[in-house]
Amino acid sequence: MLQPQFATVDDVQTRLGAAGYLADHAIATTVFLADRLGKPLLIEGPAGVGKTELAKSVSTATGSELIRLQCYEGLDEARALYEWNYKKQLLRIQASKDDDSWHDIHDDVFAEEFLMSRPLLTAIRNPNPTVLLIDETDKADVEVEGLLLEVLSDFQVTIPELGTIEATRRPLVFLTSNATRELSEALKRRCLYLHLDYPDAAREKAIVLSRVPEVAEQLADQLVRTVRALRALELKKSPSIAESIDWARTLVALGLDTLDEEAVKSTLGVVLKHASDHERAATQLKLN
Amino acid sequence: MAGGLLDREIAFLDALRTAGLTVSLAEVLDATRAMGAIDLLDREALRAAYAACVLKRPAHRTTFDMLFDLWFPAVTGDPTQIEADLAGDGEPGEGEPLEPEAYRDALRDLLLDGDEEAMRRFARQVVQGLGRADTAPGRQSWFSYRVLRQLSPETLMASLLGAMLQGQDRGGLAEKVARQTIQERIKQFQEMVEAEVRRRLAEDRGTEQISKTAVQPLAEQVDFLRASRNDMAELRRQVFPLARRLATRLTARRRLGKTGKLDFRRTVRASLATGGVPLVTHHKPHKPHKPELVVLCDVSGSVAGFAHFTLMLAYALREQFTKVRAFAFIDTCDEVTDYFTPGGDVADALARMSSEAKLVWFDGHSDYGHSIEKFAEDYPEAVGPRTSLLILGDARNNYRATGAQTLKQLVQRSRHAYWLNPEPSAYWGSGDSATGAYEGLIEMVEVRNAVQLEDFVQRILPQ
Repeated sequence: MLQPQFATVDDVQTRLGAAGYLADHAIATTVFLADRLGKPLLIEGPAGVGKTELAKSVSTATGSELIRLQCYEGLDEARALYEWNYKKQLLRIQASKDDDSWHDIHDDVFAEEFLMSRPLLTAIRNPNPTVLLIDETDKADVEVEGLLLEVLSDFQVTIPELGTIEATRRPLVFLTSNATRELSEALKRRCLYLHLDYPDAAREKAIVLSRVPEVAEQLADQLVRTVRALRALELKKSPSIAESIDWARTLVALGLDTLDEEAVKSTLGVVLKHASDHERAATQLKLN
Repeated sequence: MAGGLLDREIAFLDALRTAGLTVSLAEVLDATRAMGAIDLLDREALRAAYAACVLKRPAHRTTFDMLFDLWFPAVTGDPTQIEADLAGDGEPGEGEPLEPEAYRDALRDLLLDGDEEAMRRFARQVVQGLGRADTAPGRQSWFSYRVLRQLSPETLMASLLGAMLQGQDRGGLAEKVARQTIQERIKQFQEMVEAEVRRRLAEDRGTEQISKTAVQPLAEQVDFLRASRNDMAELRRQVFPLARRLATRLTARRRLGKTGKLDFRRTVRASLATGGVPLVTHHKPHKPHKPELVVLCDVSGSVAGFAHFTLMLAYALREQFTKVRAFAFIDTCDEVTDYFTPGGDVADALARMSSEAKLVWFDGHSDYGHSIEKFAEDYPEAVGPRTSLLILGDARNNYRATGAQTLKQLVQRSRHAYWLNPEPSAYWGSGDSATGAYEGLIEMVEVRNAVQLEDFVQRILPQ
């Protein structure tokens, strides 16, 4: 049932690199372990550091199908796991002839045909390599965690009318969270854990250069160091990698080749999204 | 797995538990399985594997890294010997002890260059060269402050800035950015020296011993009254995530609570799925009750850090209240609500508050009595039947009048009233602490650290 996709840690790093994701050693090792041990990987970290991107890149790198379950308030079993198609069942009952016995209809109505498979069940039943991405787990209600516990520890789903469905091939599961609430200990215990933070200067520069190849190396260096200076301020929302990349794109589009006071002042809106952060950065970096 | 390695692992995980991480048996088994999957000679892979299996909260990262470095050191023994071994022929070179001046020059070049591996090698060398001192006849120990004092990396700032800016304008953005880069590298170097000193100490005295003493408490568990500037900065950074967590938990609680009237529209819509039979009824949520919050806080030197943190949290949670009003006092009281504009910068507001608001009337020492009288007299409309009154302070009143009678009236007029005291409850009533006078009038709660504050907020926020 366990069929690892990666041979070594270096293999993870190279193949993710080819898929456009620059993973550092720690990230590559953790992904490798998740694959090898067949355990779900819980990724936490601030918004915009590439949590979702990592899962997508792994699916590209391994040629797996990506199945995504986006969590939100009020997500329930019917939309995460499976649901019976009531309307179709009703039609079937109404269309039945008088001589159909109750027994026939009963068996018929709860058949594969009337089952609507939702992401979790789809991922478990898929015979091909699958990456299951459960995005923003912290947005879902606490009950959903209970549901996930069952699915993620045994990789099987029990449907009363059909019996237990077991995974023919374990999907590689990624859960992401922004830590708006603490996930339960039980869920964390069943997962490997990776905290993605803002990368170090060298790696961030490499990411910017690979995503925005038009940007000059000198400018990328300046940009990354300025972003780091911004992160050191006490801001409401620190700029993340996504913002660094946007900033590089903006500068390229404007045809700027150096990041001086004037350039920073006119494009600060790309990196900082709160008025108070703007003011603070302007005074602290002496932009006026 | 070899017995030696397994023993090492168990001892390491045990040290993690002692430091306050929860490591369950299931996680230990995962970690052991992970050991079988990775290349054990790759130290960083080993670190990542342990982190993935047992480290489940980012706040524990520093502790984890420190203990990992102690239990699985990159090198052992005398670095001079190691360098010689690496060079292969044992020729004297970088490893030789140098004069402090020569070390300073080398450090300057390294900080300018920023090569981490070279910096780490250098840290080993300087600790060997400068970090040892006699503590008693025949006994030696290792000290990071000896190294850092003799090198004093901060004093290299001016010359480093000059080299990094290379003739660009001073005083502007370029300097700020360069300064930040250098500060980061200096901090990195200091941490390397401290880690190296811990490693040498552990070799001399045993790893268990050092890992017990070296662990620092988490920022959220640091006492407000003893927090360093770094701790406070770290705490302020956590205010918004904390407020967001609290708000999410609240909305979840509200949704789970009793529901209100039947939502006819949603019920009928849902019944369509079951052929018009309303199997499930839907209800409208209750409108939450939102109180007014009035914060009256002591901002005198000793408790300012606590007051600032709590004010920031109150403002981050603004949406949970109909209105938030803030009053600050030292020996007299002034309203400071206007400094906190919506969307404005709270840190900035705090700075302006301390410089502009009229908080000192007589001598600038805490006077709870006069402040409370003044508050009741100048702002009689502030406290009403819908108000939750929050008083922040240590009640260290310099043996002055307490204003207990006025406070009693204020409490009676308010809906709820709480006093948050950052002092350990064991010290209440000792010396000039006036807690005795307020006892029985108002519920006094011990809030020494961020964890306790979080618990308190959770308890009082509207259900």
